Amino acid sequence: MRHLMSPLDFSVEELDQLLDLASDIEKHPEKYAHACDGKKLATLFYEPSTRTRLSFEAAMMNLGGNIFGFSSAESSSAAKGESVSDTIRMISCYADICAMRHPKEGAPMVASAVSSIPVINAGDGGHQHPTQTLTDLLTIRSLKGRLDNLTIGLCGDLKFGRTVHSLVRALARYKNITFIFISPEELKIPSYIKEDVLEAQGIPYQESERIEDVMPDLDILYMTRVQQERFFNEADYIRLKDFYILNNKKMKLAKEDMIVMHPLPRVNEISVEVDKDPRAAYFRQVQYGVYVRMALILTLLEVNLC
Amino acid sequence: MLNIGVLQEGFVLDHIEAGKSMEIYNYLNLNKFDCCVAIIKNARSNKMGKKDIIKIECSIDAIDLEVLGFIDHNITVNIIKDDKIVEKKRLSLPKEIKNVAKCHNPRCITSTEQELDHIFVLTDPRKEIYRCKYCEEKYRRKKL
Ligand SMILES: [Zn+2]
Repeated sequence: MRHLMSPLDFSVEELDQLLDLASDIEKHPEKYAHACDGKKLATLFYEPSTRTRLSFEAAMMNLGGNIFGFSSAESSSAAKGESVSDTIRMISCYADICAMRHPKEGAPMVASAVSSIPVINAGDGGHQHPTQTLTDLLTIRSLKGRLDNLTIGLCGDLKFGRTVHSLVRALARYKNITFIFISPEELKIPSYIKEDVLEAQGIPYQESERIEDVMPDLDILYMTRVQQERFFNEADYIRLKDFYILNNKKMKLAKEDMIVMHPLPRVNEISVEVDKDPRAAYFRQVQYGVYVRMALILTLLEVNLC
Repeated sequence: MLNIGVLQEGFVLDHIEAGKSMEIYNYLNLNKFDCCVAIIKNARSNKMGKKDIIKIECSIDAIDLEVLGFIDHNITVNIIKDDKIVEKKRLSLPKEIKNVAKCHNPRCITSTEQELDHIFVLTDPRKEIYRCKYCEEKYRRKKL
């Protein structure tokens, strides 16, 4: 039995198979509509994350399965002081697979050690959020047709954004990837990512303070939110925030087949005017999130439809 | 040099960085043992200038010294049996250490679930980096 704790749990080959399955689901959803008939997914959300929870629930329902769970610690037995290990032992008796979101880092791993059903890490604190990374990879592969030979610009809060760190580690496994990190000085990508991941493998990258300077080079622009509380003072925030807002004027500088991604929710870092641009891929990304979670559930439950 | 008897069976931990012997004593939980322990501080050393030495008289399978590799792998472990040094042990970095160091990441699951073992895994032998098994936080060794 397998669990999913980190996006790197799957080898590149296993990932290919998973993404192939997700693409087949996209093309032939009817084939999978009863693949999980009679199976149950438990969504154990110790902190609210409606977006992720709904994506898992939609995925299981699309497969004909059932769902149950809780959406905050207050409505779970954790409120009574039950340990993660005890909760998962109980849930193992009710469900066939579970997705766990927990504010404490490593909680899903603790669960997986004693669980008799597959555990999917649906986000643990600032640590891992593997299904977001799988979503990003499926989106890129579906819309660009490949996961190698790409120049990807990552923009915004690159210091604290676990989404960005995971995506860099995941893409670093493919050939001819160039990373361009676009952020203010205060939110630059941590040096351990540059040294341990990129320089260690001889992967090229550059850093830039302005989107405009690098826009024409990009195949993908991955936007993230720049939060005011990350800045030391308001003046810096006000000075810099407009640099990191994507609008039609900046989009004019980009390639015609570039795509814009965002893990959502966005606040104002992408102007709504960009939504109509065919290169805006962030809402399609949500749809890919459902397909990849469907493929993941099938893979971990070892459901074969042949 | 000050000499504290000869051991019949036990360990002589040599080349301990001067001043670090009490820390080693605590890491090995020697206070919980009934055996005879001698701590020599600031002994003269050709190699190190000054060093600490710990002599422990006990059965040689009574103490697991693997953890020493995590604390300081320059320590020489002499294993004594029948009054003779039977082995000079080279210390290597253990792959995993359990309940020796605590994870200090306030967001780590070990901070709320008290019964969990604190486990650190050697993730980068070259840079001697250990990470928490649960949250992957780097273990920072105390600077001496
Ligand atoms: Zn930890």
